[in-house]
Amino acid sequence: MALEVNGVAVELDEEGYLMELEDWTPEVAKTFAAEDDIELSEEHWDIINFLREYYEEYQIAPAVRVLTKAVGKRLGKEKGNSKYLYSLFPFGPGKQACKYAGLPKPTGCV
Amino acid sequence: MAKYEAPKLSSDDGLVDVPKLKPDATKGPGPFIARPEFQKALGFPSDIEKDEEGKWSLIPNWKEAALEKLNELRGKYRSLQLYLDICVKCGACADKCHYYLGSGDPKNMPVARQDLLRNVYRRYFTFSGKYFPKLVGATELTEEVVDDWYNYYHQCSQCRRCSVYCPYGIDTAEVSMAAREILNHIGRGQKYSTEIIGKVHKVGNNLGLPQAALADTLEGLEEDIEEETGVAVKLPLDVKGADILLVTPSADFFAEPHVDGLIGYAKVLHELGESWTLSSYASEGANFGLFIGSYDSMRDIALRIRQAAIDLGVKRIVFGECGHAWRVAYSFLNTLAGPFEFLDQKYPIPQHMLELTWPALRDGKLNIDKSRNDDMTLTFHDSCNVARGSNMGDKEGGQFDFPRGVIKAVCNNFVEMPKGTTKDETFCCGAGGGILTDDLMDIRIKGAQPRMQALKHVADNHGVTHMAAICAICKSQFSKTLPYFGFEMDQIVSVHQLVSNAIVLTGQVDDD
Repeated sequence: MALEVNGVAVELDEEGYLMELEDWTPEVAKTFAAEDDIELSEEHWDIINFLREYYEEYQIAPAVRVLTKAVGKRLGKEKGNSKYLYSLFPFGPGKQACKYAGLPKPTGCV
Repeated sequence: MAKYEAPKLSSDDGLVDVPKLKPDATKGPGPFIARPEFQKALGFPSDIEKDEEGKWSLIPNWKEAALEKLNELRGKYRSLQLYLDICVKCGACADKCHYYLGSGDPKNMPVARQDLLRNVYRRYFTFSGKYFPKLVGATELTEEVVDDWYNYYHQCSQCRRCSVYCPYGIDTAEVSMAAREILNHIGRGQKYSTEIIGKVHKVGNNLGLPQAALADTLEGLEEDIEEETGVAVKLPLDVKGADILLVTPSADFFAEPHVDGLIGYAKVLHELGESWTLSSYASEGANFGLFIGSYDSMRDIALRIRQAAIDLGVKRIVFGECGHAWRVAYSFLNTLAGPFEFLDQKYPIPQHMLELTWPALRDGKLNIDKSRNDDMTLTFHDSCNVARGSNMGDKEGGQFDFPRGVIKAVCNNFVEMPKGTTKDETFCCGAGGGILTDDLMDIRIKGAQPRMQALKHVADNHGVTHMAAICAICKSQFSKTLPYFGFEMDQIVSVHQLVSNAIVLTGQVDDD
């Protein structure tokens, strides 16, 4: 599988996540979102950027609780919950937001 | 929510009617196949190649390898040999599988699914099958048969409900595990399970959650608890000399509502004054080696727990809410990783978290305000591997009584789901045994139907608002599939989450 970003093919795994993390650019996120009929707003980018920062530090996506707490701190308490995240990423913040951010899919009993 | 067609529910009696046969209803390619790197990491053959259409080949000598493995397994496991020989096709199991009830595909009748392997066994290993194959339904091993194996043995969650009704006690799960172990060795490993087991071997848990991230997550939870209660409840990690090593599914660190259960364990252990720790080396309870039928993988995962217990110098090992962890721990831990002569022999080895919480509640050792759960009416979903593969306490049926005892001790409103859907007759959530992967979403939704039907019955007739469970897979599966059946994703809760809500810690100050 591959994703075409500005005429360049980016390799994806079976589930549509980036094969190589280094292939990520903001354009990749926009292309993924466009496939889901989502236009990325500033709110989406806040989450995507946080995920990428967290991943850089810990080599894993943040737990849902860690994510909602961080969002609450940065964007206000009323946004620090799963409902807000699902309103942005209807397929689930963990999996869909990770995909846009170029992170591997969380695995396990989740 | 991705688009899948969910079966329609009715609330009449909570039971799904036996469907009309729909041959090939769920025929398909099966889940994603493990790439060579995942196969290699577990020591399975990895010389497979992808063709132009994206289909993976089998290994070059796949047929000999498959028969050799089948022969080896029937020699190693006398139970398997027995199950292959003993079925009389009485049909008692035919309508007992949640995947059959949800799909109508006759190959999901447990007997028919077993026969996919049994017929090949007959052809190559029995006198009648070798010389009169047509008379005994013996079949040649072809690539089409392998495709059917791969597809339909990944439409079995190894929940063993059918086995409860089998007059011979044939354990379908063992047949499915054997089939998957054969598939592992001919280039048909399942990506979901093999990738995850690889992460446990490398990092220590299914998520691939490294020590630093785990420590950060636990620290955040400690802050949350203190903010909410004013009490400094700890979630210790890698503490040498602690009495208890708590082994829990890594989903408890990561997902909702699992994490609320973890907070519940921490509060109970705090209140009981126990000295305890989690381990970053053995930060996984769930043993996926069971799913793929690989004794070696299962053993390697179990040995991490032993090693962590030795390194930390603990006296007891306690397991959190995880169905497959408890099955492997209760039934196999001593064989896989024992003997545990270095642990305190006064306590059960291993012990379930509910075996601490229930006696403490029963004996009034915890301060409980049940009204804190009054916004909910609960029911309890028995997780398959706990219900049919384990026990708790020292009386028969403890695995049913302990969680119910706890729920009733912390909640005022509890309703049972209909008979035939609970305790040893419980339905699998639809995603156990390696099925909890997005590429099997269609089969997960179909398999969830019997449980959803029972839930709808008690929701519509008895006002049930929430269902509690003690397995990470059940919790994740229901958060995902409840919305397809008209429920909300947060109607599934952890049992220890209910304890966490109701417990009033010593010195607790509520902010409202």
